[in-house]
Amino acid sequence: MELLGLFNYWIVVFLMMAGFYVVIARGNMVKKVIGLNLFQTSVFILYITLGKVSGGAAPIIREGVEVYSNPLPHVLILTAIVVGVATTALALALVVRIKEAYGTIEEDEIHRQDESL
Amino acid sequence: MIADQLPILQVVIPLLAAPLCLLARDGRLAWALSQAAALAALAVSVALLLTVQADGPISYAIGGWAAPYGIEYRIDLLAAYVLLLISFIGAVALPYAARSAAAEVDAPRLPFFYSAWLLCVAGLLGITATGDAFNLFVFLEISSLSTYILVGLGRDRRALTAAYQYLIMGTIGATFILIGVGLLYMMTGTLNMADLAERLPALTGTRTVRAALAFLCVGISLKLALFPLHLWLPNAYAYAPSVVSVLLAATATKVAAYVLLRFVFTVFGAEFVFGAMRFDTVLLPLALVAVFSASATAIFQDNVKRLFAYSSVAQIGYVVLGISLATPLGLTAAILHLFNHALMKGALFMALGCVAYRAGAVNLDAMAGLAKRMPWTFAAIVAGGLSLVGVPLTVGFISKWYLVQAALEDGMWWVAALVLAGSLLAVIYVWRVVEAGYLRAPAADTVVREAPLSLIAPTWILVAANVYFGVNTDLTAGLAGRAAALLMGGVP
Repeated sequence: MELLGLFNYWIVVFLMMAGFYVVIARGNMVKKVIGLNLFQTSVFILYITLGKVSGGAAPIIREGVEVYSNPLPHVLILTAIVVGVATTALALALVVRIKEAYGTIEEDEIHRQDESL
Repeated sequence: MIADQLPILQVVIPLLAAPLCLLARDGRLAWALSQAAALAALAVSVALLLTVQADGPISYAIGGWAAPYGIEYRIDLLAAYVLLLISFIGAVALPYAARSAAAEVDAPRLPFFYSAWLLCVAGLLGITATGDAFNLFVFLEISSLSTYILVGLGRDRRALTAAYQYLIMGTIGATFILIGVGLLYMMTGTLNMADLAERLPALTGTRTVRAALAFLCVGISLKLALFPLHLWLPNAYAYAPSVVSVLLAATATKVAAYVLLRFVFTVFGAEFVFGAMRFDTVLLPLALVAVFSASATAIFQDNVKRLFAYSSVAQIGYVVLGISLATPLGLTAAILHLFNHALMKGALFMALGCVAYRAGAVNLDAMAGLAKRMPWTFAAIVAGGLSLVGVPLTVGFISKWYLVQAALEDGMWWVAALVLAGSLLAVIYVWRVVEAGYLRAPAADTVVREAPLSLIAPTWILVAANVYFGVNTDLTAGLAGRAAALLMGGVP
């Protein structure tokens, strides 16, 4: 039961490691950005999970509801999502310019071109 | 009236000036706006430092929402000192940017350049001013994202890959910090640093808090470019526009070091980090390896900007070394070296920018024999180099003096010996640059002249600061000593 109760955290760890692995292992710059996104998303889920109060309702004031979930992590993570979107946009813009400058977005190929200078 | 609003003005002035620069749509106008904002920020930080020295720490509740529910800005002595450093470098580098950036960045992109510059400065100032852990992450991302843009504006196409590399590593670092802050929130239910510091001692036995400390330290070390997480730094510094290298080398890593100090000493407390978790056994060896491996790599660099970038990694080693000693004297050395290293690297990268402006490149071959053509520039490189080595009468000497004293006080004479040995490596790489400039024959057809006054003057302001603060240490060492004592005493 204990293990299943931590289901969300297992997902978080799995997504985090999967994303982190993609960032490190892939040479394709767009794939790296996707990995980075996965990695960031796992943290969003971490925050949302820790805001959950067992038995709590959505944090909107209603009659007859005593226990609410903690809304603060949700607000925090909205900010973090915006940051994540900005990072992704900037990363993709850089990839576009790298493609224009090198004609490729594979890291080994770019490295080879720089070495041969 | 205005005096009460200083903590927020410090951050808001550059933050609001940034979109105005975009609206200006003209490089010169954008520059004038940035310069005005930078000077205003400098005035605010001087006023803040004077206030903090006279009346103690300032607490500012944003929007009138009292901490711990609202976001608190908290300016203590250390914060005021770092704020002054950032806004001073920001204000001195901008007159230099007018000429240097105009030469290295396409004219239509100049308003964007100044806008990103101001956002970067606003982010760095915000990180320092805030007393809220999540707000710190937001400002960290503001400064980081604008830094990636600034690096990517370099002329060389390798600037693009350097910016991309920096973005990937920087985002991983920032996300680690976010995870650490989340774990802390999970255990304590608060994000306010003073509040965290109050609640954490009861929870230090839990694995979550330990994991939070680990995540935060790794994340901050990535931003700090502590060996072995420094791989993004050399290329980012080498291929960024010259004036961006000045700003980054002088401020970005310094603010990361400030964040490390803040979390280790204010939030977690030295007793937990160094007493129970023995973090010094990790930081001390890493710092020493950073000093030696980075200095050794610097010796073999051909691109002089890259050479001094590796030297920055080594200097960060000295800062972390001071922190890992975890004594008042060690901390004084670390805080002092933050400021002093900013002065020397600022001066050196500015001088290199002068070379880039006239000679077009900054590798050793392009610099051969230029000392006769550009006497003031190369004199600045020599002065900055001497400061880097730690020759008496320069700020470098003062830092090393305190660091060696701190190591000896702890009975670690071998650390003191290694610090001095590290300086010898600095002699070698500085000598390579000096030798190229003064002793090698210039290319026959060279038409290089001395750099214009608008580049030389800011360079020499920083060189003069190197000497002034090397002779008159009352301000820097006195402040650093008191800031260190406050940090060691827990929440100031």
